[in-house]
Amino acid sequence: MIDAEQRLTDPDGLFEALVAAHRDLTPEASRRLDARIILLLANQIGDVSVVREVIAAAARGGASE
Amino acid sequence: MPTHAYPQFTYDGPVAPGRYGVVVAGGGLVGLTVALDLARRGVRVLLLDEDQTVSQGSRAICFAKRTLEIYDRLGLGARILAKGVVWNRGTVFFHDRAVYSFDLLPELGHCFPAFVNLQQYYAEEWLTEACRATGLVELRWRHRASGVENRADGVVLTVDTPDGVRVIAADWLLACDGARSSISEGLGLPFSGQVFHDRFLIVDVVMERDMPAERRFWFNPPFHPNGSVLLHRQPDNVWRIDFQLGPDADPETEKSPERVRARVAAMLGPDARFEIEWVSAYTFRCRRLAKFRHGRIFFLGDAAHQVSPFGARGGNGGVQDADNLGWKLHAALTGSASEALLDSYDAERIPASDENIEASTRSTEFITPKGEAARAYRDAVLELSGAYPFARGLVNSGRLSRPAVLAGSPLNTPDDAIWPAGSCAPGAVAIDAPVRLDGRDDWLLRHVDGDGFTLLLFGDTDDFPQADLARLAVRPVLVSPTGSVGALWDHAGLAAARYDAHPGTAILLRPDQHVAARWRQLDLDAIATARRRALALEI
Repeated sequence: MIDAEQRLTDPDGLFEALVAAHRDLTPEASRRLDARIILLLANQIGDVSVVREVIAAAARGGASE
Repeated sequence: MPTHAYPQFTYDGPVAPGRYGVVVAGGGLVGLTVALDLARRGVRVLLLDEDQTVSQGSRAICFAKRTLEIYDRLGLGARILAKGVVWNRGTVFFHDRAVYSFDLLPELGHCFPAFVNLQQYYAEEWLTEACRATGLVELRWRHRASGVENRADGVVLTVDTPDGVRVIAADWLLACDGARSSISEGLGLPFSGQVFHDRFLIVDVVMERDMPAERRFWFNPPFHPNGSVLLHRQPDNVWRIDFQLGPDADPETEKSPERVRARVAAMLGPDARFEIEWVSAYTFRCRRLAKFRHGRIFFLGDAAHQVSPFGARGGNGGVQDADNLGWKLHAALTGSASEALLDSYDAERIPASDENIEASTRSTEFITPKGEAARAYRDAVLELSGAYPFARGLVNSGRLSRPAVLAGSPLNTPDDAIWPAGSCAPGAVAIDAPVRLDGRDDWLLRHVDGDGFTLLLFGDTDDFPQADLARLAVRPVLVSPTGSVGALWDHAGLAAARYDAHPGTAILLRPDQHVAARWRQLDLDAIATARRRALALEI
C-alpha cells in the first residue's frame, strides 16, 4: 500500500539534495545516478512487492488509483 | 590440427516404405536422447537425420547435473564424467574486477557436479553408439523430414533422401529437428516470444592454460570494452570464448581469421599461443510453440522452445523434454497408461519451458540492455556491485539451468502431511545421496532406474510390517539407517535428511525420477491411487 501522506523528516532538504547531486552531470551520468539511487532505495525497502507498487504508482504519472 | 575427428555415418539407402511405430525426426542431442530412452525401454524407433555426422562445432557444452543424472540412467554418465571438465563455480567481472562469485553445488554428497563441460559432438557420438547397441534404433542418415501430414490415426511423413523422396507413415512422430524445424513449419505452427538482435561470436581456441575450471563472465572488460565475454573450459585443451558484438556487427567480417585472432589476442595477451578450432556467429530468440503435443506429433528441444545460451538452458531443457516423454510414450504404447498420460507432456514441459524462457530472457535483458534506461540500470547495478553486496545478487550473467519442479502437474498427489520446504515435494526431481550396498559405495539415484515406478522406503524391514508390496506394481527400495541386509545403507544420513525422511517414510518416484507422492506412513491404498494418478488412469 503506497503511503500517500507526508512521512519525510525534511522534505525541502530532500529536494535540495536530489537536485544538488545531479548538478553538472551529463544526461547519461544523471540517469545512472538516478538508477543507483533507486536501486539503493529499493534495497532499503527490501520487499520487492512494495517496490512494484511504487513503480506502478509512478507509472500512473501522479494520478492516484 | 583439430582436436576431434568427425565420424562419417553410412548412408544405407533410403528408408523402406511402410508404417512405423515411433519416428524421431532429427538426430541431434535431443533426438538421440529420446530415441535411446525409448529403445532402452524396449520401444523400436526409426531415427531420421539430414546429416551423416554429429554436431558441427562444440555447440551446447554445459551439461547440467540433471542432464548428467539422466545420462547416467541411460548408461553414459560415467563416460561423460570421465571425459568432461567438472565445474561448480562461476565468477563475474566488471571491467577488470571480480564482482560476484557463485557456487552452484555448495554441498558434498552428490554423484554428479553442478556442471560438466563437454563438446556436443562427443555426446552425440556416444548417444549414437548407445542407440545402435540397443538393436532397436534404425538410424537413417541423410534423411530429411520435409513434409508432414497430421492425421487422427497417424502421421504421414515425406522424407528427402539421396535416392529421392520417400513417403512413410508413423504412429507417433517426435519432432527433434531444431529451431528451424521443417515439421513445425509444415504444420504452420507459430512461435511466440522475443527475438533479440545482438550478435555474438563464439570462438573455440586450443591452448595450454593453467586456470581453474570455472565459468568466467566479463561485463565491459578492458580487452572488449563495449560488450560481454564468456569463457568456458572444455576437454582436449579447448576453450570456449563468447564475445558480444552488438546489433550492428557484420557476422561475415567478424568471422574472418584476422579479426578473430585479434580479439582473442587482446583477451589472452600478446604472448599467448593458441589455435582457432571453430568460429560461429549467432543471434537468438526466447520463444516457444503454444503447445508441444499436436495429436500424434510431439515437439522436443529447440523444435519446441528456444532460449538464449546464457544459463545453459537450451540443451539441458531439451534433454529434460526427452526424459519426460520417453516413459510416458512407453507406458501408453504398452497399455500400462492411457493416451491421456501423453497430454501431461504439455502440462509439465510448458511450465518448465516458460521458466527457462523467463530466466533466459531476463539474463539477456541484463547482458544486452535495450534503450538508455535499461542500460543505466544495468550499469548502475555493476557500479554498485563492488561496494554493495546486495547489488551482486542483481548481476545477471545467466541463471544456470536447474531441474524443472513440476509443481502444478496433474500427475502429482498433493501431500497429506506437513513437510519442510526443499525436501523433494511432489513434482521435484529426486535428490541424489551417497549410500552403500554390500559394503560398496553407491548412489541413491542409481537405484531409481527401472521401466516402472520406484518406492523408496526409509527405515528397516520392521518399519514396514506386513507390507504386501507385490500387488502395487512398484519396485521397493529400502533405504536403511542401519545398513540391514539387502538395503541401501544411508550411512551418512544424507538421504534421510534430503527427503526429511523418518522410519516409515515412503516416497513414490516415477520412471523419470520425479517425485509422484510421499507419505509419513506407508499406506498401500494411497500408493496404488497415487500410482494410477501418475499414469493418468481413472482413480
